[in-house]
Amino acid sequence: MEKKPIRVVVAKPGLDGHDRGAKVVAQALRDAGMEVIYTGLRQTPAQIVEVAIQEDAQVVALSSLSGAHMALFPQVVKGLQAEGLNDVLVLGGGVIPDDDIPGLKEAGVAEIFTPGTDTRDIVKYIEAHFNGGK
Amino acid sequence: MFDSEKIAQIGEAKAKWQENTLAKVVKKNPERQPEFKTDSGITMNTLYTPEDVADLDYANDLGFPGEYPFTRGVQPNMYRGRHWTMRQYAGFGTAEQTNERFRYLLDQGQTGLSCAFDLPTQIGYDSDDDLSQGEIGKVGVAIDTMADMEILFNSIPLDKVSTSMTINAPAAVLLAMYIAVAEKQGVSSDKISGTIQNDILKEYIARGTYIFPPAPSMRLITDIFAYCAEKVPNWNTISISGYHIREAGSSAAQEIAFTLADGVAYVQAAINAGLDVDKFAPRLSFFFNSHMNFFEEIAKFRAARRIWAKIMKERFGAKNPRSWALRFHTQTAGSTLTAQQPNVNIMRVAFQALAAALGGTQSLHTNSKDEALALPNEESVLIALRTQQVVGYEINAADVVDPLGGSYYVESLTNQLEAKAMEYIQKIDDLGGAPNAIEYMQREIQASAYRYQKSVENGETIVIGVNKFQMKEEPPKGLLKVDPALGESQKAKLKNVKESRDNAAVEAALARVKAAAEGNENLMPPIIEAVKVYASLGEICGVLRNVFGEYRQQIIF
Repeated sequence: MEKKPIRVVVAKPGLDGHDRGAKVVAQALRDAGMEVIYTGLRQTPAQIVEVAIQEDAQVVALSSLSGAHMALFPQVVKGLQAEGLNDVLVLGGGVIPDDDIPGLKEAGVAEIFTPGTDTRDIVKYIEAHFNGGK
Repeated sequence: MFDSEKIAQIGEAKAKWQENTLAKVVKKNPERQPEFKTDSGITMNTLYTPEDVADLDYANDLGFPGEYPFTRGVQPNMYRGRHWTMRQYAGFGTAEQTNERFRYLLDQGQTGLSCAFDLPTQIGYDSDDDLSQGEIGKVGVAIDTMADMEILFNSIPLDKVSTSMTINAPAAVLLAMYIAVAEKQGVSSDKISGTIQNDILKEYIARGTYIFPPAPSMRLITDIFAYCAEKVPNWNTISISGYHIREAGSSAAQEIAFTLADGVAYVQAAINAGLDVDKFAPRLSFFFNSHMNFFEEIAKFRAARRIWAKIMKERFGAKNPRSWALRFHTQTAGSTLTAQQPNVNIMRVAFQALAAALGGTQSLHTNSKDEALALPNEESVLIALRTQQVVGYEINAADVVDPLGGSYYVESLTNQLEAKAMEYIQKIDDLGGAPNAIEYMQREIQASAYRYQKSVENGETIVIGVNKFQMKEEPPKGLLKVDPALGESQKAKLKNVKESRDNAAVEAALARVKAAAEGNENLMPPIIEAVKVYASLGEICGVLRNVFGEYRQQIIF
């Protein structure tokens, strides 16, 4: 039976303009058969939640390289939860120091992918989450 | 450069060598890869001989340093007179903290300043704006009003130090603040020197800190050209940047092509605005990346100089040799630095710095080893500065002009990069010039970025510590952290300024900025008046946003 593709929103919260990583990840997820929406730059947490609702997203992948992740990623999680979207898998990526990772996970970001990550590992992680890796 | 008979003899001898000597060895021990290619798609042959540069015409293609077409360098004796300017990009947190870092770098022998601004500043928002939250003081220093700028340059004599400011959409406002601060120090605007990046096209293409749509943005830029030609003659009014285009993933050929195409657009806009090309073109400067493919990078810098000289002379009819000469700043490639085994980054940076020196750069920033992890701390900034000092002072690489000129390989690469870049420039011209080719360039860059990522993932491209020679590591220690409380103190500072300034004068000054924006008088004088009465960056940009509107990005992926 044909399975429905996993729906992913790739988003750039904050004012950061570095979108090379976000676009490479977006393209890799699309090549892996997922349905990917990229928000473009300068999204507020509220706008990202809005897109996630509109696009019926199962995954929200956040990218920040400007050091704003501690302020912005948790706000996206909170916003999703406030809309009752507790099942949406929130992922983060970018220049994120190791010290910050436990705090982000505690705030509800499921996993953080730092520089040097193989995009196939991101694909595997998402697929495992939704169908046990099969 | 060689007579055709000799070339033919060399060709025959080479064919024999390939057949008798090379083929046997390769048959016994196959080469590491089926083919060797640069990231611009240029095939790297086993060996280069005079055959590969048979058509090179010394006088026309290379010439002498300091003369057209400047392939060999923009000064006749290059670094034998003075080294490149060693200029580390720095800025974080508050104006006080950045001022301290600036003074530290100057004490360590740095010869120019390079200021990083935080994202709210770069996008024209004050620290108290909702959109600024989480970003204040993070990637650079937060500047809201001239009061911050006074602290930033406290005890730094602006008639002696040149300052490069990475500021684009609101460049006019930051330049105005710099002029005003210098004036307060008793330094008139004809005595200050430095650079504003002021390159909006690459913001649309690759860097993302745009505010206004292209037409009013180009007008702001040509207003700055015109104002500085009269009042700030030693200021580099733009730094046309390939750096971020490369960081976004482009190849070397795309980097120079897209940058020079942007340059063409600025020159054309200024000519259309009625400026004399030889009045403003000598103050144009460029900014390139120094990446991993060592020889291709050196060839890239040489090719860029030759292409620009031809464009300025032939296409725009510039007569002043200073209008033909492409002067550039270089930064080593941040995107090549790894979070894994960060000390290895010191070596990467050293080779990239050497390529920049051999390519004839006018100034250089060497990246810090910890940039894939956090903002650089003081120790890693010092190593980065020392790295370029080794290149400049210890290895005698700076003692001869264009030492790789005449290398069959480097000359061949220079020619091929020029040809590839000219194809792209032609394509962009066909699309109506750079402002009309933004999405085209974005697609090209993105395709290159994705190709690169795949080549790392399938092992074709080796990155030490990422896909080869990995090892278990302890998490790095001592990373720089920007205090999150800083945002609040910066907001308090702004509130203070807003309460203590003459608000009627601010209103009046902002009204004059608005009137100038609506008409066509030069915007610089009213912006300078506004910053002097402590109108904030966000207020001035807010007025301009209302008049000009805002750019909306096309989502290309």
